[in-house]
Amino acid sequence: MKFMLLQAYGGVPEGTPPMTQWTPEEVDAHITYQKDLNAELTERGEFVDARGLSGPELAKFVVWDESGSPVVTDGPFPESKELLAGYRIIDVESVERAVEIAAQGSAAPGPGGQPIKQVIEVREVMGPPIQH
Amino acid sequence: MTRQKNLEIEGLLRESAPRALAAVARRFGDFADAEDAVQEATIDAARQWPAQGLPENPTGWLVHVASRRMTDRIRSEAARRQREAAVAAEPAIPAAAAEAGAADDTLLLMFMCCHPALSAASAIALTLRAVAGLTTAEIAAAFLVPEQAMAQRISRAKTTIKESGEPFGMPAAERRERLRSVLRVIYLIFNEGYAVSAGAELARADLAAEAIRLGRIVQLAAPAEPEVGGLLALMLLTEARRPARTDACGELVPLDEQDRSRWDRELIDEGTAVLAVALAQGAVGEYQLQAAIAAEHAKAARPEETNWGEILGLYALLERVTGNPMVALNRAIAAAMVDGPEAGLALLDDLDEELSGHHRLHSTRAHLLEDAGEHRAAAAEYERAAELTKSIPERNYLTKRAARLNRGG
Repeated sequence: MKFMLLQAYGGVPEGTPPMTQWTPEEVDAHITYQKDLNAELTERGEFVDARGLSGPELAKFVVWDESGSPVVTDGPFPESKELLAGYRIIDVESVERAVEIAAQGSAAPGPGGQPIKQVIEVREVMGPPIQH
Repeated sequence: MTRQKNLEIEGLLRESAPRALAAVARRFGDFADAEDAVQEATIDAARQWPAQGLPENPTGWLVHVASRRMTDRIRSEAARRQREAAVAAEPAIPAAAAEAGAADDTLLLMFMCCHPALSAASAIALTLRAVAGLTTAEIAAAFLVPEQAMAQRISRAKTTIKESGEPFGMPAAERRERLRSVLRVIYLIFNEGYAVSAGAELARADLAAEAIRLGRIVQLAAPAEPEVGGLLALMLLTEARRPARTDACGELVPLDEQDRSRWDRELIDEGTAVLAVALAQGAVGEYQLQAAIAAEHAKAARPEETNWGEILGLYALLERVTGNPMVALNRAIAAAMVDGPEAGLALLDDLDEELSGHHRLHSTRAHLLEDAGEHRAAAAEYERAAELTKSIPERNYLTKRAARLNRGG
C-alpha cells in the first residue's frame, strides 16, 4: 500500500516560532532527525520518495481561461500556511504502519528539542484500475 | 568472475558504442535511425559476448551488426531502394581507419546531439546516451524522472533532429557556434552533478564524472580550442573541492570554511596544467576565466592567502566577456574582499532589478551585511534567501545562518 504523507506550512501548534528563530543546534537536530527517518524507511524498504517544495512565494496559481492565455496568480499569498511544504511517499504493509511513520515525522524535534507536533496528512495513493 | 566479465563488457560497450554510432551515422547519413540501430546492436552484444567471447574489434562488431539492421530497415522501405544499392556497394570501413577517425567522429556526434533545434534538457539527455554511452535507465535515475519519460524525451529529440534535415557531418559554417553549445551542454551536465540535491547525491555525483569524461573526449577531438581546455580545467578544479564542500551530514560548507586539506590535489594539479595550456593558446574565453578564478582559490592553502585582487580583475574581465549579472554578483564579493563589505554592497545595489527574486542576490547581501556588522539586516536577507532557494541543503544552510544571527550567536 502506498501512502503520501503531506506537510503544510501551518499545522504546527500556535506560537511555534519559524525555523529561522530557532538556535542553529535546534535546526540541525530537526534536519538530522528527518534525514535519519528517511534512512530508516529506506533500510526497511518502505521509502519511495521524499521531497521538499520551494517556498510559497515561488508558488503560482493557474486557471485555464477561455481567451487562451491562462490566468496566473503569483505569490506571496496571504494564506501561505495552507500551502504544501513537502511530502513523503511510502510503500508499507498496512495503514497502521503509515500512521506510525506519520507520527514519527510529527515527533521531529522543534525548539528546545521538544517534538514539534506538526500535523501530517496521511493519504492512500489509489492503485491502477482493476482489470476485469 | 562472471561479474567481472560483465563489468568489462559494460565498459567496452560504453567505449565502443559512441564510435560505432558515429561510423554508422556517417555511412548512412541518418543520425536518428543509426542511434536506434546501434542501441539494438549493443543489446545484442550484451547478450552474445558473455557466451561467445569478446570480438577482436568491438567497435567493428557493433558497426557491422548495426549496419545490417540499418540495411534491413532500408530494405523494408520501398522508397529507399536506391540508397540501399549505394550503401551495399560501399565497402566496409577498415578497423584502422575507423579508429583514426574516432576522435573526429565523437565531435560530430556531439555536434549532432547539441543541435540548435533541441532544448538544453533534450540535448543533455541525448548527449549522455549517444556520446557518454549511458543507458536510458541510468540517465532517468540521474535526473530523477521515470525511465519512460526519459525514453520519450530522447526519442522526441531524435525526431527533432531528423525533421531538421541536417545531414550527419561537420557543420563547417557554424562549427564555432556549435562547439559553444557542446561546451554549454557539458557544463550543464557537470552542474547538475555538482549541485547537491537531497536524497540523490550519489546519482548526481556520477553526472559530474560523466561531464569530465565528455570534456576529455572533446579535448582529444579539438585540442586546439582553448575554451575546450578551459572548460575541462574548470570542471577539474571545481570537482577537486567536492570532498570538502559538504560536511558529514551532507550540509553545504562555504568556500572560506572548507577544510582545504580535503581538496583533491591530483585534480587541482591536472586542472592547473590543462588551464596553462589553454591560456597559452590565446583567445581567452569565459571558461578559461572561470577556471583561472578556481585556480586562484586552489592556490591558497588558507582562505587568508587568497589573492582577491587577482580574482577581482578576473571577474571584471569575465563580466565584460559574458555580461552575466551572476558574474557581477561574484565581482561584488571579490570587491568586498579587497575593499571591504561596503564596496561590495554598493555594487549589489546595481543588480537589484536584474536579479530581483533571485536567492543568490539575497544570500550575498546577507553575507556582506554580516561582515559589515549589520546583523539584523543580514538575518532578514538570509531569511529571504532561504525562502527563495530551490535547493534543500542551501535552504538548511541559510536557515541556520539566519538562526545564528537572530539568536545573537
